[in-house]
Amino acid sequence: MATTLDHTRAAEKSETSLWARLIPKRWYVHLILIIACLFIGFPLFYAMLVGTQSNSDVFAYRFLPGDSLAFNWDVVMNIAGLWRYMINSVFIAIAVTVGKTLLSLLAGLAFVYFRFPGKWIVFGFVLITLMMPTEILIIALFRFVNQIGWGNTYLALIVPFLASATGSFLFRQHFANIPAELSEAAQLDGANPLQFLFRVLVPMSWNTIGALAVIQFVYMWNMYIWPALIMQGQEGQVVQVGLRTLAGGDQMTSFGPLMLGAVIASIPPIVVFLLLQKQFMSGFALTRDK
Amino acid sequence: MLRPYLFSRKLPGVLLMPSFLTDLTVLPILISAVAAIIGASLFYVTYRRLNGNPLVGIALGGVAGAIAPVLFMLPLNYCTFEAERDPADVLLGLVLIVVGLAIVLLPLRWIVSRLLQNAPLAGDTTSPGAFKSRLLPLFLLAPTLIILAMFLYYPSLETFRLSTLLARLDARRTAFICVDNFTRLLRDPGDGQSLLTLIGIAVGLMIAGVLVLRFAAHFTDQPLIGTKRRAPVALRYGVPLIIGVVLYSLLFDAASGFFSEDYGRSLLVTFGISIAIVVIGLSLSLLIATMAYQPITGAKIYRTLLIWPYAISPVVAGAIFLLLFNPSGGIINYFLRGAFGFTIPWLNDPAAAPWAIILASVWKSMGFNILFYLAGLQNVPKDLLEAGGIDGANAFQRFRHIVIPMLSPITFFLIITNMTYAFFESFGTVDTLTNGGPLNSTSTLMYEIYEIGIQNSDLGKAAAQSIILFVMVIGLTVIQFRSADSRVTYGA
Repeated sequence: MATTLDHTRAAEKSETSLWARLIPKRWYVHLILIIACLFIGFPLFYAMLVGTQSNSDVFAYRFLPGDSLAFNWDVVMNIAGLWRYMINSVFIAIAVTVGKTLLSLLAGLAFVYFRFPGKWIVFGFVLITLMMPTEILIIALFRFVNQIGWGNTYLALIVPFLASATGSFLFRQHFANIPAELSEAAQLDGANPLQFLFRVLVPMSWNTIGALAVIQFVYMWNMYIWPALIMQGQEGQVVQVGLRTLAGGDQMTSFGPLMLGAVIASIPPIVVFLLLQKQFMSGFALTRDK
Repeated sequence: MLRPYLFSRKLPGVLLMPSFLTDLTVLPILISAVAAIIGASLFYVTYRRLNGNPLVGIALGGVAGAIAPVLFMLPLNYCTFEAERDPADVLLGLVLIVVGLAIVLLPLRWIVSRLLQNAPLAGDTTSPGAFKSRLLPLFLLAPTLIILAMFLYYPSLETFRLSTLLARLDARRTAFICVDNFTRLLRDPGDGQSLLTLIGIAVGLMIAGVLVLRFAAHFTDQPLIGTKRRAPVALRYGVPLIIGVVLYSLLFDAASGFFSEDYGRSLLVTFGISIAIVVIGLSLSLLIATMAYQPITGAKIYRTLLIWPYAISPVVAGAIFLLLFNPSGGIINYFLRGAFGFTIPWLNDPAAAPWAIILASVWKSMGFNILFYLAGLQNVPKDLLEAGGIDGANAFQRFRHIVIPMLSPITFFLIITNMTYAFFESFGTVDTLTNGGPLNSTSTLMYEIYEIGIQNSDLGKAAAQSIILFVMVIGLTVIQFRSADSRVTYGA
């Protein structure tokens, strides 16, 4: 027997036509976003395409992959030596990320879980460095690093970036929001501060650590002006500077190898970024009240 | 536009320092005495207001005031007041004294007022469950403090020191030249500049700067609809407009009449490119974000697909656009020719090259901007918009009066972030895409510093320009830090 309910359902079903059911609601929103994504993605996709082409393909505006991939690869990796630069960049990016996170964790621990005389002076000391971006200091830093004999070494690329006011304050903020009972319990259990840090605090801080890590890795990987200044020769150079030399020169640039190099040089930071995306977003947490 | 040449060349007598003043044993004492009086009165007022002992205030303020000018003048040996110096040198010396006073007195006053009110000095976040040791924390902080001291503090001081020297990269010997590295960035007074103009422009720029900062401080408070804290509409739109026009004309005239040709040009280039990046980047991103801010399926995927250029380096962006903008092989011109019938000589024309930099930078940061605007738009309360609709506002009015003000913290954050990017990180793009050319039309301040300091090996001049850049940026970084505290947190 057909009930009112059945009639209603049947009526609903016929009103929602096939068309309306297939297209998602607010299709125009999706359209706009897709167009925006395509626009933003287009340069890199085009670069990937050109990476397989030779210059004659490029200038003929061929939009199909060419067959110069192997040749371009050879130019990029062997002749320009990008593989060596990539390894260097990986090394310093990881070194700084790990080191800076560690030092910031220690500093955050010190600021939150200890009292000591002159704490506010130390705090101010660290605070003021927020006004000293490295780019401003680059001339004097260059001279100083050379004077202590660190010119052209990994030390020069790593050590100056191990200390961070923002990192320290990030962890300070984070640790301050952790209930005091945890550290009291840890002290009752006889744990020393470092054990407390690594066994209790760190496992509670993965989001913050991840946010700091992704920003640091990308920052160090993409750094250009300082390595260009301080490193000479090819041995220790980083990938950004190596890529730049592919672009330079008076002769006509070989776009195929250049684009291939650009794409290859972008893979690690993009991968790191995608993997730690969630942490990155939480690091930029917008503290808005609903 | 200002007409510097309307002012007379020199005010007779005013600038001819009486000889007893230029005697460098009298002048420091005189300056310190005046400064001491200023400091003493300031602290007297502070102590009176906070029920402290006014005599202590006078003493403290007096001593602090007396010492403050020495901060800058002693390393310089008061050289800016020597008899044979230009008015520009004297003016700079006075500015340094005032700055020194501010640096010493204002933080001291803050500290003192906190102490007098028994308020904590650093928002103390010590947990109640703190550990006992007093020594361990210093060990924990030691690596950070040592590295900060060696690689941030020391180079900062060195930069100041270098800016007063004639120094070359490889030469060990240096020559002290007082503030010449700075005044040489000004147009030679022989070209018709009078001191009155210099003072006028300097004061004007400072006032403009303060106004900008004060106005910007408004944005760190979340605007509440209908409360008295919001400035009236005329003020909110009129003030930035006026500031913009004033700054622009000052800068334009300043650049052409105040600064030397090279430095004026790089100032214009930097500000032009930065403002364009901010305006174009934010407008486009807001446009896209408003068209797409409803919560939809797959939002996370779109988000990822929009923001990933953040991970691309400025050099890579420069390289890719080097191809795209190529006059013969680049598809941008290919498209222009096909669709509109003309091409633009992006990289060869001094008028077009900055736009190449701007577009490459906007591309790189657009996803980032869209992301933040999306988040911000999603947080605009729907009932506010409905209330506005009920009150009779159309969509455009609702957008202007509700949405945009509610977005102002985000807009603010994005302005700062984008400007910081444009000032510093665009170096990689400039070096790859245009090499500062053609004809120095894309030579930003940072690029100039690099060229002058490293390629031309003139360390002193580069250090001086670094300091000026630092002063310009210091407002940005302070605002950024203060807003990071309250609204958006991010690490770097």
